[in-house]
Amino acid sequence: MTVEIEAVTRDFGTAATPALRGVSMTLRQGEFVALLGPSGSGKTTLLRILAGLDFPDAGRVLIGGRDVAQVPARARNVGVVFQNYALFRHLTVFENVAFGLRVRPRAKRPDNAEIARRVQELLALVQIPELESRYPEQISGGQRQRVALARALAIEPQLLLLDEPFGALDALVRKEVRRWVRGLHDRLGITSILVTHDQEEAMEMADRVAVMEEGRIVQFDAPHSLLDAPASAFVASFVGDANRLTGSVNGGRLGIEGLGAFDADGLPDGRTDVFVRPDEVRVVPPREGLTPGIVEWSRQADRGRWKILVAVSEHRLEGYAEQPIERGAPCAVELQAMTVFGAQGERVSLSGRLAANSAMPGV
Amino acid sequence: MSVATEDPPWARRLLVTLAILLGIAIFLAPLAAIFTEALRRGLAPALEAIAEPDALAAMRLTLLVAAIAVPVNAIGGVAASWAIAKFDFAGKRLLVTLIELPFAVSPVISGLVYVLIFGAQGWFGGWLREHDIQIIFALPGLVLATTFVTFPFVARTLLPLMQEQGREEEEAAATLGAGGLQTFFRVTLPNVKWALLGGILLCNARAMGEFGAVAVVSGHIRGATNTMPLHVEILYNEYMFVGAFAVASLLALLGLVTLGAKALLEYWTARPMGVEA
Repeated sequence: MTVEIEAVTRDFGTAATPALRGVSMTLRQGEFVALLGPSGSGKTTLLRILAGLDFPDAGRVLIGGRDVAQVPARARNVGVVFQNYALFRHLTVFENVAFGLRVRPRAKRPDNAEIARRVQELLALVQIPELESRYPEQISGGQRQRVALARALAIEPQLLLLDEPFGALDALVRKEVRRWVRGLHDRLGITSILVTHDQEEAMEMADRVAVMEEGRIVQFDAPHSLLDAPASAFVASFVGDANRLTGSVNGGRLGIEGLGAFDADGLPDGRTDVFVRPDEVRVVPPREGLTPGIVEWSRQADRGRWKILVAVSEHRLEGYAEQPIERGAPCAVELQAMTVFGAQGERVSLSGRLAANSAMPGV
Repeated sequence: MSVATEDPPWARRLLVTLAILLGIAIFLAPLAAIFTEALRRGLAPALEAIAEPDALAAMRLTLLVAAIAVPVNAIGGVAASWAIAKFDFAGKRLLVTLIELPFAVSPVISGLVYVLIFGAQGWFGGWLREHDIQIIFALPGLVLATTFVTFPFVARTLLPLMQEQGREEEEAAATLGAGGLQTFFRVTLPNVKWALLGGILLCNARAMGEFGAVAVVSGHIRGATNTMPLHVEILYNEYMFVGAFAVASLLALLGLVTLGAKALLEYWTARPMGVEA
């Protein structure tokens, strides 16, 4: 089912800025999209509007081509997995899943045998057939999550909304459940929207990720595009793992306090945000011509490398070394590449080569 | 228990003993006195006093008043707490305050308000007389006064629980296709059924035992508008102590049965409940 959101605005009147400020996005049939952003960025509000639990002040929402402005939640046939699952505490797992079938109008309601068959099928799908007679408080968080999913799928939705569904699971279970949910999405051929503040989750699960900031979508792109071409400093800081620095450009040279000056042709003068991924920070033993630093901590990482936190004057930089360097030992850092957002928000990728005539800063 | 263990054992024992003694002196002794006084001259006179026509009429009236007031308050209490816990509307805080009004105001004043409104000299007195409708000194007045005084019990028992449970389950029900009534009867009500029963029991105990408000609107017409508490007072004032204490025993028994039922309910559901005023 396609989803079209056009200039949706929502103001609860309780905060300084509206929860949603002109959000537009279009989802393709069968797509898995993540809404990623810090809390308060409006992602849950957008999800509730799609579910019919809240309504926009302005703008249109089309689900499967139909304008749903006048359609209440109960008539939308949109499956929702709530953040805390919201299972019916007085009903068994079986009855929780059967709920959506039992509340149908008499003419469309399957008989008891059919309901039982469908519920058992769904419980088998989410791999908990043995729990049907338990109550929500008697099962684990991971199992509750599966029940919530089975319950949402019972109404055969074409659109599935997941509101931070993995937050209550411990890290190990979470990774496994993520893959399993994505597999289920592919098998069922439904369209899914995941709300999350966990960038790793969004990047791993979604075909496309919409990054939200203060009620706006600041970038809606495939995960690799977000990493390779972040649209703003906010996206770059929120997505991926990067050292964030501030610098200033003066006459084509970018100066970063304590780290030196870099060639920055094409950047206008002014303050800049600089992002350097740990992968692009090479940490080596002290060497002439490189910025010196002190190792704060180091631990073994993948591919035979060591991940190291280096103190360089005021900065703390995460990087990698080819060999272990002891905590407290002197070292040197080399920035191999950096992404810079200029004073007007323009993005430039720079090589981390120090400008030829740069004076080495003291530490 | 680290704090408790700092006190010497004898101090702890002394305090516990004092608390128990105080409990006995304040709660159990008067109750015991009622039963002893009732049975002072043996069982027969006590039973006689209970079987007397005026006493029987008082019992019937008490049960009738409770039978009307309690369902009204159960429905009203559920409706009020449902509206407050699950919806946002203007005047919500005012409604919460209004629900607690009967607890804040003396029952006598509650009764007087009805006399002021419906009594012969009251706002609607003339109109009521013309249409031959009797509210004060009759059953409608008793029911109104009792309903007013006992309204908070169900609402104040349900409200904290409903607020704690939030709206998520109702929202989930809506996304699954349930309408408003379906959601209420399949999700909201089952989630509070034990608390509701507890609230109804408390409401019932108070409805049967209410004295102040009822005394003002009753008119003390023997065999007609006397409820059990009023009947006890009349007998006592006429120095018919055995009769007074016999009927009082019965009233106390009703209360004890209610309390027992509530305790059982809490034992079964393993969740304490009560009025949070």
